[in-house]
Amino acid sequence: MAEVTKLIHKYLRHDKKFPHVWCPGCGIGIMLGALIRAVDRIGYEKDEIVLVSGIGCSGRLPVYVDFNTLHTTHGRAITFATGVKLAKPRLKVIVIMGDGDAVAIGGNHFIHAARRNIDITTLILNNNIYGMTGGQNSPTTPYGMRSTTTTYSNIEQSFNISELAVTAGAAFVGRGTVYHARLLDNLMEKAFLKKGFSVVEIISHCHTQYGRQNRLGTAVEMMEQQRDQAITVEKATKMKSEELKDRIVIGVLVDKELPVYQDEYEKIQERAKRQSKMNDKL
Amino acid sequence: MLLQGNEAVAEGALRAGCRFFGGYPITPATEISEVLSVRLPQVGGTFIQMEDEIASLGAVIGASLAGVKSMTATSGPGFSLMQENLGLAIIAEVPCVIVNVMRGGPSTGLPTFPAQGDVMQARWGTHGDHPIIVLSASTVRECYDMTIYAFNLSEKFRTPVILLIDEVVGHMREKMVVDDEEPIEIFNRVKPTMPPEWYIPYEDTPSGVSPMANFGEGYRYHVTGLTHDVRGFPTSRPDEIGPFISRLHRKISSHFAEIQVAEFFRTDDAEITIIAYGCVARSAKRAMIEAREKGLKVGLLKLNTLWPFMRIAVEKVLQTSKILIVPEMNMGQISREVKRVNRGVARVITLNKVDGTIITPMEILDRIQEAVS
Repeated sequence: MAEVTKLIHKYLRHDKKFPHVWCPGCGIGIMLGALIRAVDRIGYEKDEIVLVSGIGCSGRLPVYVDFNTLHTTHGRAITFATGVKLAKPRLKVIVIMGDGDAVAIGGNHFIHAARRNIDITTLILNNNIYGMTGGQNSPTTPYGMRSTTTTYSNIEQSFNISELAVTAGAAFVGRGTVYHARLLDNLMEKAFLKKGFSVVEIISHCHTQYGRQNRLGTAVEMMEQQRDQAITVEKATKMKSEELKDRIVIGVLVDKELPVYQDEYEKIQERAKRQSKMNDKL
Repeated sequence: MLLQGNEAVAEGALRAGCRFFGGYPITPATEISEVLSVRLPQVGGTFIQMEDEIASLGAVIGASLAGVKSMTATSGPGFSLMQENLGLAIIAEVPCVIVNVMRGGPSTGLPTFPAQGDVMQARWGTHGDHPIIVLSASTVRECYDMTIYAFNLSEKFRTPVILLIDEVVGHMREKMVVDDEEPIEIFNRVKPTMPPEWYIPYEDTPSGVSPMANFGEGYRYHVTGLTHDVRGFPTSRPDEIGPFISRLHRKISSHFAEIQVAEFFRTDDAEITIIAYGCVARSAKRAMIEAREKGLKVGLLKLNTLWPFMRIAVEKVLQTSKILIVPEMNMGQISREVKRVNRGVARVITLNKVDGTIITPMEILDRIQEAVS
C-alpha cells in the first residue's frame, strides 16, 4: 500500500493544490488513482500527457495532477482535446468528464469525436447526478429516482453512456465501477494504449446528493451496491436482457480496429503536398 | 491576382503562420473554410470541420495551447455560439483569430445580405468584464493585411482577436498582388526561457503579458476558465482576483498605440468628417471625393480597429470638424461611441440602414448636403 501511495504522490501537485474540493467518500479519487496507476504502468512522461476536463466535480480533477492540464467550459472538453491532439499528435490526450458534462451539454461533441475516431481517451465518471450544483437530475439519473429538480420522481429515461459510445462508433469502450478499482486500472491502461477514440465509463456514487435524496446509504453501502449490481461482460452475454435490468455490465464492451483520424489526415497532407508541387511545376 | 475578400483572409492567415483551422459551414464565411481545407494540408497544417461553432472555437483554442497558430471563421449565428469559448480564450489568455463575416440579423436573419450589426456583440458578446481587440477591413488587400495583423496582435497580447468583415467585403473580388518575398512583420508568442521550475505562467510583467509555454514543451501548468492566480490555479482570494482582472485589461489598455489603426483622408481641413468602416467606408470615400468636387470640406476617418474604440482618432478630427457623419449598416453602434467621445462638441449625424442593402455614396452625399443646408 505504501508503494502505491508513493506512486500516486509522484504525480500529484500535492505541495500546491491540496486539500481537494471533493466530499469525503467520493469515488472520484479512486478514478484518479486508477488513472495515475495506468499512466505509470505504461510509462508515459508527465510532459507527454494533456489532461482536459469540463465543468463539475470531475472538471476539478486535472488541477491536482502534474501533467499539462486544461480545465475548459461545460461539455466542451473533447473539442479542446481534439485541437490539442491534431496540433501535436505526439501528445497523449486524456479527457475527464462527468455524466452531465459528457452526455447532456457535451453529448454532441462526444458522439462526433467517437464517429471521427480521434485518438484521445475519454474517461466518464457517471454518478447519476449533477453533484457540484447540488444534486439535480442528469441524463443518467434512472427513471423513478429523485433529485432536487425531480423531487416527485424522474420521469425521463436515462442514457446508457457506454452503449451510446459503441453506437457512435468508438474504437474502444470499457465500463467499470469505483468498487472494482483494479479493473479500472486495466481498462484505463487498455484505453490509453488504444489507437483511436477510447471510452471508459466509471460508475461511481454521489452519496452526498444522489444517495442522500434516494436513501441509498453511505459511500461504503453504495459501493457495495455497485459490487452486487456488477456483472462481467462474459456472463452478461449469456443472459437475457430482462435479467440484465438494474445490472451494471463491466469489462471491455468494444475493442475494434478503425481508421484513425490523424493517420487518415496525414495521408491527406501527403496528397495535398504532392498536388501542390505538381501545380507549381505547371 | 483576382481574389475574393474571404480568399484573401485565408491567404493572409497562411502568411501569418496559421496552421490550424477549425470551423463549421456558414454563409457568407464558408469560402474561408473551403480555401483552407485545400491549402492547410499543403503546408503541413490541419483543417477540421467540427460539429458546430462551439466545437470549432474549442478545437482552435486547444490547438493554440499546443503551440500552433489557429483560427476559425463564421458569421452571426455561429459567432453567437462562439461567445462561450471566446470568454475562455480571454481569461486563459490563449491567442487565436476569429473572423466574423457579418450578415443581417438577429437570429438566422439575412444569410446572403451584408450588415454591420455585430459590432457591439464583438465587444460585449461574451459574459463578464473583459477586454477585446476587434479589427475591420474594407478591401480585399485589407482582408489579407488585417488577418496578418490580427494574428500578430493575438500572439503579442495573448488574446483572441476578432476580424469583423461584412458580406460585401467577404464576397467582393478585387485585384490583389501577393508577393511572398515582400517583407511582412510576423510576430510569434514569447515563450518562457527560464527553467520550468521557475516558470510562473500568469506572472505579471511590465507589459502585462506573460510568456506562454506550449503544451508538451516541459512547462507543465494549469489552464482554466476559472479566475486563477499567477500559477494558473483557481483562486477565490480578492487580493489575487483584483490584480488578475486588472492585468487582463491593462495588457490591452496600455498598448493602444500598437493596437489602434485608422486612416485619415483629407481630414486636415475637414469641416465635415465621415466616420466609417467595412464596406461602408468605400461608399464614404466616394461620397467624400464628390463632396470635395462640390467644394465642401469633407474628410473621412476610416476605422480599421473597432475595439478598443479609437478615441484619439475621433478627437483628432474634432479639432477641425463641426459635423461628424457616421453611416453604418446597423441601428447605430459605432455612432454611440462617437457620441460618447464627442461629448457635444460637434453635431453627430447618423445614417443607418438595416434593409440588407449597402449604403450608397449618394445616400451619404445627400446626408452631407442636408447637414450643410
